[in-house]
Amino acid sequence: MKLFKIRGGVHPEDRKALAGRQPIEAIPLPQLLHIPLQQHVGAAANPAVRRGQRVCKGDLIAERQGAVSAPVHASTSGRVVGIGRYPANHPSGLSVATITLQPDGEDRWSEALEGAADPFALAPEEIAARVAAAGVVGMGGATFPAAIKLNLRHKYRLHTLVINGSECEPYLTCDDRLMREQPVEVLDGVRIMAHALGIEHIIVAIEDNKPEAQAAMASAAAEFAAVRIARLPNRYPMGSEKHLVLALTGRETPARGLTADIGVVVHNPATAFAVHQALRLGRPLVERVVTVTGEAVARPGNLRVPLGTPVAHLLTHRGGLHEEPARLIAGGPMMGQPIPSRRVPIIKGTNGVLALTNQEIHRREPLPCIRCGSCVAACPCGLMPLEIAARTRSADLAGAVRLGLMDCIGCGSCAYVCPAHLPLTQYFNYAKGEMAARGRARHKQIETKRLAEQRSARLEAAKRAKREALARRKRETATAEVPE
Amino acid sequence: MSTLTDAPLVAGPFAHARTSVGRTMGLVMLALAPATLVGLWQFGWPAINLFLVTIASVLLAEAACLWLAGRRVRAHLLDGSALLTGWLLCMTLPPWAPWWIGVVGALLAIVVAKQVFGGLGQNLFNPAMVARVALLISFPVAMTTFVAPTPLFSPEAPDFIGGLAITFAGQDYDAMTSATVLGQVRTDLSAGLTLGDILPSTYQLSQAAIGTMAGSLGETSAVLLLMGGLFLIVKGVIAWQIPAAMLGTILVCATGMHLIDPLHYLHPGYHLLSGATVLAAFFIATDPVTAPVSVGGRLLYGIGCGLLVYVIRTWSGYPEGAAFAVLLMNACTPLIDHYLRPRIYGRDRRGEPLDYRDQGRERPA
Amino acid sequence: MIAPILSLTLLGLALGTLLGMAARFLKVEQNPLQDEIEGLLPGSQCGQCGYPGCTAAAAAVAAGEAAVTLCPPGGRALVEELAAKLGVSVDLAGIQDQGPRVAHIHERLCSGCTKCMKRCPTDAILGGPKMIHAVFADACTGCGKCHEVCPQECIDMRPPPVALPNWHWPKPLLAA
Repeated sequence: MKLFKIRGGVHPEDRKALAGRQPIEAIPLPQLLHIPLQQHVGAAANPAVRRGQRVCKGDLIAERQGAVSAPVHASTSGRVVGIGRYPANHPSGLSVATITLQPDGEDRWSEALEGAADPFALAPEEIAARVAAAGVVGMGGATFPAAIKLNLRHKYRLHTLVINGSECEPYLTCDDRLMREQPVEVLDGVRIMAHALGIEHIIVAIEDNKPEAQAAMASAAAEFAAVRIARLPNRYPMGSEKHLVLALTGRETPARGLTADIGVVVHNPATAFAVHQALRLGRPLVERVVTVTGEAVARPGNLRVPLGTPVAHLLTHRGGLHEEPARLIAGGPMMGQPIPSRRVPIIKGTNGVLALTNQEIHRREPLPCIRCGSCVAACPCGLMPLEIAARTRSADLAGAVRLGLMDCIGCGSCAYVCPAHLPLTQYFNYAKGEMAARGRARHKQIETKRLAEQRSARLEAAKRAKREALARRKRETATAEVPE
Repeated sequence: MSTLTDAPLVAGPFAHARTSVGRTMGLVMLALAPATLVGLWQFGWPAINLFLVTIASVLLAEAACLWLAGRRVRAHLLDGSALLTGWLLCMTLPPWAPWWIGVVGALLAIVVAKQVFGGLGQNLFNPAMVARVALLISFPVAMTTFVAPTPLFSPEAPDFIGGLAITFAGQDYDAMTSATVLGQVRTDLSAGLTLGDILPSTYQLSQAAIGTMAGSLGETSAVLLLMGGLFLIVKGVIAWQIPAAMLGTILVCATGMHLIDPLHYLHPGYHLLSGATVLAAFFIATDPVTAPVSVGGRLLYGIGCGLLVYVIRTWSGYPEGAAFAVLLMNACTPLIDHYLRPRIYGRDRRGEPLDYRDQGRERPA
Repeated sequence: MIAPILSLTLLGLALGTLLGMAARFLKVEQNPLQDEIEGLLPGSQCGQCGYPGCTAAAAAVAAGEAAVTLCPPGGRALVEELAAKLGVSVDLAGIQDQGPRVAHIHERLCSGCTKCMKRCPTDAILGGPKMIHAVFADACTGCGKCHEVCPQECIDMRPPPVALPNWHWPKPLLAA
């Protein structure tokens, strides 16, 4: 298959050998599961259970709210012991609405769950509805509700489904192991998604540092002519969907647009696996594979984790930490987010837990920018990170936007190569956040202005009514006083 | 710029390439080392004294400025930028210049051309070149008095005491002065001689390559400097665009003019191998702070430098143009950076989002 | 001698005449600017700028009598926008972005006098006579009028509560 080059990018050490050789293991249930009501992009789900209620594995515990949302299900059988606020798996350390479940140890699936006998006989809308009901979201970390992506065919002319098996982040091996160990199920999910999208051409893209996964998926796909395996060169951020589509099709996604604009839909292999489970077995998304790794972890490995399991439980299962890590991160080292405490739960988008030492992070005190241009060479989006950072530093956000701030995908390649160890990605995250905050402030201003105008209008109307009433009374008394 | 206080909340990425400012500066110094050592050996004790004085002055000037600005002296001194500036400045000075040339040059380079602008990364002009040009204009005699090489421990070379006398006590050494190639050629051409008469009596191209003729420390061994420059390109410290564009432009201009009139315009070999051409192309014009950051920008910058170097050497009042050329192009760098930017992913050259007429209709190959 | 004096004098006169004519015939009409500036201001007529209402403030800014930094509720974003509109340069580094503030009523101390409710320009306060009042944070512009009139002094101005949807990464700090 012809592959195209992507600009820039970096080549970090992949460090996948730490966990890559460990097959996926199951993990004993923790004492309590904390399942947040928002593990996806969109509106939070609404609780559908009461405190004290007993649930089976796979029962609905929170309902979708609105068009862009996803339901949440019980990760195991047990009793709901709390519906309240709990620390989120988010760098801010803030708390979010969470349902706490106490497992009863039986791990009993709900009997109401039923798969479809032949998913390929179902209408595409029906497949999308089942996927939505199963709470399937993008498992590569984006957590966008998968059903909405399956309905894209109504608005766009789609021709290819790409399965993003590149897993370009160092350390992570969850998708690799899943494709190696359960290629048939993953491929089944892929074909069901393609059927729902009305697409015939499927490409499973896997980087060359995963030859076993490439072989496994190739042999599973051997009987399906429409499925091709693309062997990608090993480069970060090949897994960014825009760059993946560029490498496979030679076309760039138009700015502020979707890959669907050029006819391609991209999904993660774990999402495909979840779709397979939802359609064939009727099982909702209640667990996922998580890579627990880093030099500070005693025994790195890949675990199949029920959603809501605290991070501390995973670390204990892997033998604990033999030294205090410099950072504990959810995700990969390049785009992962720091974990505020070990109590936080694993959620749908958590593909890895990394306990990194100072040597691995190799962070130094920042020095002034020497304008060496390494960041410009490394940026896969053709931006000039040093200029955008300089504008952000001096609070010229409009200038930063003009230079392409909103086109930044946040991959971190620039900060990776910067000799001065400048926190470039944090500047951009701050700037994007600040722009969003200003947008919200502007929106609020428009609304409050409207309220102020309404109020003045109301007071004016009240005054006028009073004046008229007074005038009327005067007229009445005047007529009454006129002598007969 | 100073330290990032360890805010409790730090964003990724949590991996880093093994790069640092100190490593970059260190590699450049490593690349300069062979040519410098040969040069110091060629010109003996006075050159060694001047080198040490210049280095000491830059470090003291930088430390003083950092202390006055309230910044962390140790960390910033150790990043190697001041040391490198002093080293490059010394490479462009006449090797037997008196000590005060080194000191004044160091002060001009560090205080006026770097710290006053805000320190590392903030200067508009290359500090070493600002110092050299200021010295050249202010002290023309001291800055244009060159000597033929007298290798260390050879009979004509001054010994340690003699070296101290030359550098610090201003001892005369008229008997040993000699002009550089370009200087000699310029003087004689304006006196009406043709190249056919001048060159055989001056020297051979091979001398220019290896470094056995008069010049500043950095003018002498073009071959060693070229190897150093290529080492830096391979290591990824500098990009190939600026040296290639600069040397290529000089080659093209010199070849062209030489073909038109071989008796009045030097063979390109002399242009490329003498003067500080190779030093400028690989070490001075590529100074990251004052050069453009994009590929297109660097090519344009290199072409501009090359063109200016040739024009200044051939038609202006000075025989050597590298310093002026670099400074003039430094002034253009912000403009070049503003207009010659890389194309953003998903947008066309004008910045508009891409528009495919046949959205989603074609199949991939 | 005469020729240079004559030519320079004539040149001066000619150019001066041209400039005078341009000042008269090419003059730009003032103040569509005022309406545009008024559109940018919050519109809650809080008076923190010292002018009686946003219209008066906009007129002052358009006429150049007031600085673009006059409006505290607008924050740094407003300063940038006004500076861009007027084409003036502002040293943003010196501006303390206080951040938005919303009023908060301490319910235990509230006496239900309705004084704050009547003053609020956006009707952001709920309540009635002898009933405890509460503030709709979403509708509050932080003008501070309620804070000024409350006889129990039970209203204070606070930054709005941070929740996950409106959290963002802080700027990397560079300390001396």
